Amino acid sequence: MKKKLLSLFFVMTMIISLLAGCGDKNKETEDLGGDNVDVENGVEDVDDEGEDNTGSEIEEQTNADGEGKVLNIWCWNTEFQSRVKDFYPGYVHDDASGTGKIGDITVNWIITPNEGNAYQNALDAALLEQANATDDDKIDLFLIEADYALKYTASDYTMDVKDLGLTDADMAQQYQYTKDIVTADGKIKGSTWQATPGLFAYRRSIAKEVLGTDDPNVVQEKLADWDKFNAVAADMKAAGYTMLSGYDDSYRTFSNNVSGPWVQDGKVVVDDNLMAWVDQTKMFTDAGYNNKTSLWAPEWSADQGPEGKTFGFFYSTWGINFTLLDNSLADADGPKEPGNGIFGDWAVCYGPEPYYWGGTWLCAATGTDNPSAVKDIMLKLTCDKEIMKNITEVTQDYTNNMEAMNELANSDFQSAFLGGQNHIALFAEAAPKIDMSNISSYDQGCNEEFQGAFKDYFDGNASKEDALNNFYTNIVIKYPELTTE
Amino acid sequence: MSKKKSSCVRYTKWGYIFLIPFFLVYTIFSLIPLISTIYNSFFENYMSGLNQIGPTFVGFDNYIKLFKEANILKYTWNTIIIWLLGFIPQIVVSLTLAAWFVDLRLKLKAKGFFKTVIYMPGLIMAAAFSMLFFSIFSDAGPVNDILMDLNIIDQPFRFLANVGGTRGLIALMNFLMWFGNTTIILMAGILGIDTSLFEAAEVDGARAFQIFRFITIPQLKPILVYVLITSLIGGLQMFDVPQILTNGRGLPNNTSMTLIMYLNKHLFSKNYGLGGALSVMLFTLTLALSLLVYRIFVKKEN
Amino acid sequence: MINKNDNGLLGLYIRRAFSYFVLIFLMILCLLPFYILIINSTRAHPDIQKGFSFLPGSYFVRNFKALLADKNLPVVKGTINSFIIAGLTALLTTYFSSITAYSVHVYDFKFKKVIYSFILMIMMVPTQVTSLGFIKLIRDMKMLNSYIPLIVPSIAAPIVVFFIKQYMDAVLPLEIVEAARIDGSHEFKTFNKIVLPILKPAIAVQIIFAFTNSWNNYFIPALVLTDKDKKTLPILIAQLRSADFLKFDMGKVYMMIALSIFPIVIVYMFLSRQIVGGVAMGSVKG
Repeated sequence: MKKKLLSLFFVMTMIISLLAGCGDKNKETEDLGGDNVDVENGVEDVDDEGEDNTGSEIEEQTNADGEGKVLNIWCWNTEFQSRVKDFYPGYVHDDASGTGKIGDITVNWIITPNEGNAYQNALDAALLEQANATDDDKIDLFLIEADYALKYTASDYTMDVKDLGLTDADMAQQYQYTKDIVTADGKIKGSTWQATPGLFAYRRSIAKEVLGTDDPNVVQEKLADWDKFNAVAADMKAAGYTMLSGYDDSYRTFSNNVSGPWVQDGKVVVDDNLMAWVDQTKMFTDAGYNNKTSLWAPEWSADQGPEGKTFGFFYSTWGINFTLLDNSLADADGPKEPGNGIFGDWAVCYGPEPYYWGGTWLCAATGTDNPSAVKDIMLKLTCDKEIMKNITEVTQDYTNNMEAMNELANSDFQSAFLGGQNHIALFAEAAPKIDMSNISSYDQGCNEEFQGAFKDYFDGNASKEDALNNFYTNIVIKYPELTTE
Repeated sequence: MSKKKSSCVRYTKWGYIFLIPFFLVYTIFSLIPLISTIYNSFFENYMSGLNQIGPTFVGFDNYIKLFKEANILKYTWNTIIIWLLGFIPQIVVSLTLAAWFVDLRLKLKAKGFFKTVIYMPGLIMAAAFSMLFFSIFSDAGPVNDILMDLNIIDQPFRFLANVGGTRGLIALMNFLMWFGNTTIILMAGILGIDTSLFEAAEVDGARAFQIFRFITIPQLKPILVYVLITSLIGGLQMFDVPQILTNGRGLPNNTSMTLIMYLNKHLFSKNYGLGGALSVMLFTLTLALSLLVYRIFVKKEN
Repeated sequence: MINKNDNGLLGLYIRRAFSYFVLIFLMILCLLPFYILIINSTRAHPDIQKGFSFLPGSYFVRNFKALLADKNLPVVKGTINSFIIAGLTALLTTYFSSITAYSVHVYDFKFKKVIYSFILMIMMVPTQVTSLGFIKLIRDMKMLNSYIPLIVPSIAAPIVVFFIKQYMDAVLPLEIVEAARIDGSHEFKTFNKIVLPILKPAIAVQIIFAFTNSWNNYFIPALVLTDKDKKTLPILIAQLRSADFLKFDMGKVYMMIALSIFPIVIVYMFLSRQIVGGVAMGSVKG
């Protein structure tokens, strides 16, 4: 009987492992028995590799034609994908499978949405497994945002771009701040194709009706500081419009002008300027100067469309061409030209305070088996003047090349979407003013939770103190290592 | 009886063999995780970004933290209040419907059809149902459109920016998903009551409501208790609906944050210590409730 | 006497009218959300934003195509994944629960009582409370993004064991098993060839319930599956709430919800009698 029991047990385990085989890639079952790497060891493994990964080894890999055939790119939306699709020479996208080809290399897009730290959690899990992953499953290139860039650039999971073969000369025309933000221990750990100064985008027709003019210079005069901004908000209300749409709209103009980072010595610090945002937004809400929507909500998007009754939105470079433009159309599939919705009814000005919003950096993952493909993507899309100028001309995105941008700023470049305005000139003016000295690796979580917690205050469901306490409670759930007031 | 037993002896081993799959799988996927959950609840163990913190033995610190810092009582209260908001109408409506369906004098037509319709929401994916409610009850959604067209309100009612609105919607969904099921269970229960009791009551000239009050309800008591406890256990697990409706935030003001949503946050950020402590408490609670259900079964058997 | 009867009749009519009124109200409450769902899945995004209409639009096919074309929301793969997981789960859980129930029902061994009591006691303990250890185990076993942790655990399903045991008590006399033994049938064969067919009605109901539960399951799969191409429908639905992911085309959103609900609704329409009967059957003794 014992024998039979035993054999049954074996049959069971066999069935289970067989199932394991078809449920997932075989490598995982192989791993099952073998190395039982716990998380800490995983980190150390990567450490070692990071130190070994000096130029010589990579050259060896490239020279020996040891490059992998699969390039895995991790990101959180399709913005970068469309840049590669449209501007990287030789990239062919296969709509059916959602993958692409560069020569004989297959490009996989692993897209995880950002919200609730989902992207970072998925990325972290994959990076911790990077040392054990097969070449075809290794992350090669991943994207990071300013809000949490430090977390990755300070780690050994990102490669020094110079080890990839990018030189100072290649990056000479990039805005200095875009390099500073990803520099750790003197090494530049990433590269970006965009600079992201923020502006205030407003509806020309509403400006004409209420302010008597849609000239960006005059409108800027009327919005030059917060007192003036609030006065215009009152005029808008009187005319039946709202100044802003949502609670979070002006958040970045305040959060970028704080006196210190979110986290100082392991403690969460709420800056006075953030409370100024709270007070202003509460005032706007109670006075009816906004439409009580939330960032990215359908109602918020609708306010940017033909039916919208909102004067303007704080948007940075990518937001204007990536989000605002799409939202302004009446027919999403129709031509992007005046006549479709409120295309052409927008204009931009600086607004009351300089700020930036977002920004996406490309990082090479330590252990990548496609270093030269990664290097070439960085080189072409973030350092090549002609390609970057072309990106701006076609998409109106603001690219990270001073020479190209200044050329466009001084040219007769016009944006049809913005009613013929040369918005590049405004961006070129604002970009050098960007100051990212107060960022921390916790910014995404802090910003998200802070905005979320105070929504209750704006809605009248919580007092200011309660909202602040909720923020403290939630931030510690997300980051157990932090302390609060 | 004894004869049968002896003839069975050589087959007994098959009894054991047939139990192997169940207990093997149960051990691997439930018992070991349970032990590991309990074990982990005594350690500080989480990820700080890309770095592992712990595991460090901290005794009962995690449990203390849950009560002192984490508002666990508030989340428990949220869960209970939302459950009650759904359960009370559910039991009232289900009892009424069950009584009507079995009432021979009332002779309702299309009973099968009604039963089919009211049971249907119970089979719907809670995630999809919640997403549907999120869409149709949004500030600019169909429900607000309809209410404004009918001139019932002149401004959109912001359901999800309102404590009662959010809790009410979750309770409404729970109600819709469960009242059909409960009706059918209670109907079966009523049909199981000895008919002579009803006949005797009618001979005595009792009215429909009196029969319901003094015969049906007392006779149904065990089943009512069963429905109550299983529903409470289900209520403690409440997750899909509020998670998707509030996008995991438990808005407004954390008033729709349920216990499992809170647990999910810890699982997601890989905080094994606190998550473990919370799990152990939930386990203890549900096990106690399960034992109550068990006692009902045992009583019934006797 | 006659008078009293009239009163009684009148009262009955009023009660009946009231019952129908309540039933119709509840019916509308149950069906209205789905009506809105169907209507809006046939309308274009800008029309949906303009306001609700009780009449369907003409965008059904376009919304459907737009949904299938969205590469970030692999609906077709999600549907297939959901089918595989729910299908295998339903088969495994009913087969192994039957065999477990059979063991307790037919054989007389030492710990039978203890074992069955144990199964009854753990019956109501939800999987959520051990999910932490479960996920940790799955991670250590390198089975994240595998379907095994979503399928195999269903072999041990105490509630299904309980239900089938109840059914066996009602329909499976031990004499049938004895007779098979006398005919020299092997125990395993007896179960497969003789017992299983007898259990068919109960198994059919349980397959439907197990399939539905697995199809609708969100909590555990969301923790296990992170690969885009491995995700099941509920996880994809939940993603609709992550706003920067999808640039809200509400027509597409409604279509996606419709797609994940209607397979079950259609099956239900055909089998509602058995399903509703099954609920009652399981509870008679409970």
